[in-house]
Order: sequence, then structure tokens, then C-alpha cells
Amino acid sequence: MINKISEIIKVGIADMNIVKPPNMIRTSGLGSCVGVVLYDEVSHIAGMVHVMLPDSNLAKADIKNKAKFADTGIQALIAELAKQGVRPGRLKAKIAGGAQMFQFKSGSDLMKIGPRNVAAVKEQLQQAHIPILSEDTGGSSGRTIEFDPMTFLLHIRTVNKGEQKI
Amino acid sequence: MNYIDRIQPIHLDILKEAGNIGAGHAATSLSTLLNRKIDMKVPNVRIVPFAEMMELTGGSEKEVVSVGLRIEGEAGGNMFFMLAVEEANRFIQKLMGDESFTFRDHNTHTMGFSAMQEMGNILSGSYLSALGDFTQLKLQPSVPELAVDMFGAIISYGLLEISQYSDYTIVIDTILTETDEGDVETVKGHFFLLLSPDSFPILFEALGAGYDK
Repeated sequence: MINKISEIIKVGIADMNIVKPPNMIRTSGLGSCVGVVLYDEVSHIAGMVHVMLPDSNLAKADIKNKAKFADTGIQALIAELAKQGVRPGRLKAKIAGGAQMFQFKSGSDLMKIGPRNVAAVKEQLQQAHIPILSEDTGGSSGRTIEFDPMTFLLHIRTVNKGEQKI
Repeated sequence: MNYIDRIQPIHLDILKEAGNIGAGHAATSLSTLLNRKIDMKVPNVRIVPFAEMMELTGGSEKEVVSVGLRIEGEAGGNMFFMLAVEEANRFIQKLMGDESFTFRDHNTHTMGFSAMQEMGNILSGSYLSALGDFTQLKLQPSVPELAVDMFGAIISYGLLEISQYSDYTIVIDTILTETDEGDVETVKGHFFLLLSPDSFPILFEALGAGYDK
């Protein structure tokens, strides 16, 4: 259960943040979006980014919010963790989200974005040589996730399929 | 210049009128379906950051029943009819005369799920056809899809296209209410209309309002 003494750092949609124990970090209502947690087991410093779209090339206007896209979001989170003294080579990842909530037969490819987000996140992590220790991706359910930088456990809650820790 | 920055107060008024006409027709349809008087609030039309959009109706994690569809044709966007799970349960219980129905049980009661989808279909259909008549634009709805899940996980689909342009959205939010004998007003549901950024110039032009491209 959630430790009442600690604070929960919230990460909004297309947003990112950093956490240290005893605090937790959380993002809620992930649908097709992907929550990416990067953490360092030595310093117990972690960060989370709530990715909305797979690639910054999808931007049709000048968008300064790096956290929105898998490519720029993960790079920005690595850079932010580096500012906290975390070497990229020590980072590990846990990811969740990327559901396919709707089937919308017509319409743009954007409606099938969940699996594309997951693939883009994985590609980005691979390029950065960051191993994915566990994941809960795909499916058709929304997720709320909370990471504890003390235990490195990612708590996942869904409406339809209960709770788990990975 | 970002499309959001070009929106003037007169544009928001026009969108409010569009929401008013659309949701008014939907409220009438719902009244007919349930044989009870359903009212509608003046639509709330605002420019909100995504973070705020995700927290409407009780937060991104709140469990809702949603019937959503894509709007295609001369203007595009997404429309969602959403209600709290308890409220949706009451609707379907009344409609089917089955007190045991609940959206929390996904394995039985498939009839109730179909009924909800059909109800969402009728309501969003009346909203959209009224909007089409008002704007003289050809608007086609996709097949509506039912989802019982977290509000944020659902509404974020409506933000995907918009997110390619901005971190803000224009939301046209209309609340349907019912007042009982004790004068207690309860919220029966929300209509969320999220138009594609491309659609605003078309819509404003159709309604005779200047829009600086």
C-alpha cells in the first residue's frame, strides 16, 4: 500500500518528472500512451515520462514539449537524470501502457497509436542501451502506474484486470 | 502562429452555440428514450491545457462508461458521451427492466452493453445531425465504440490528433442533468466534442465568422 508519509510526484500527460525515496512517482489514466520509468539502482534516483506519440516528426507545429514524444521524451529524461548525477550507463527501464482502447475501423493511423508508441519506446531505449527489466504493455485496458524508487517496483492498476506489481 | 492563438472570444461563442444546438437535440432524444425530462446546461467552451482536460469529470483515473465516435466528412474530430458507471447502470437497469445489471460485470449482461452502445449511438447521432444542419457541413459519424475504463485513458484518444499541433485543446463540454421531485439535480452525462485543428477554419467559415489564417 501507499506509504502515507511519502509524497507522490505526479506526472501528467505529455509530462515528465524525477523522484527520490521516500517519494513515489505516478501517472494515471494511461490509454494508448506509454509510461516509461528510468531508474538507477545505486542512487535510487528515478524518472518517469508519459509519452503520447511515437515520434517528434509527427508534430505539425513547433512543439516545445519534448515529453510528448517517445524519441525526444526519453532523451530528455536521460538528460534530466544526468543533471541529477545519474550516469546513463546505469539506467534501467520499466514500461507500461500502449493499450488499444478502440478498434475504430475507419479513421487515421493515429487511432492505432498504442502499439506504435510501445515499439517506438523500445527502439529508443535500445538505442540508448537501457535494458527493459519488466513491462506491461498492449491489451485494451487503461492503466494507472506508480513507481517506488526504493524497491524499484512498478505498481499497475487497471479497471478491468485488477492490480499487479512488476 | 498556433491555431489556438487565433481563436477569439467570438469563436468560442460560436462553438458554444454549436454545442447548444447539438446537445439540445441529444437531450430531447434522451428524454424520449427514458420518458423523463432531461435538461441541459449551457455548454462550457474553453481552451484548456491537456493536463486540465485529463482531470475533468472527477480525474483521469475515474471509471466511466463512454460511447465514443470519430467525426468524418467536411470537418473532423471526436465526440464522447460519458457518464459515471453508477449512472450508466441506472440508465440500463431502467431501460431493460433488469435491476441486477452492472457495467462492472463484463461476462454477463451483454444485452445491456449493446443497449448502452445503441443509446450512445442515438444521442451522438442527434447531436451530430443538429450540428450538421446548423453548419451546413456534411458530417458523418463512425460506428460508435463503447468503453468502460478510466476517463483519462479514453479521452486521451480525442487529444491525439490535436497533440500534433498544440498542448492545448478547445473543449465543448455539455452536461445533461435531471431534477427529481425533491429538486435535487443530478448529472446524467457529459458530451465532449473535441474538433480537429484543421476543422476550425472550415467551421468558422461555414458560420460566417472571420478567422485569420
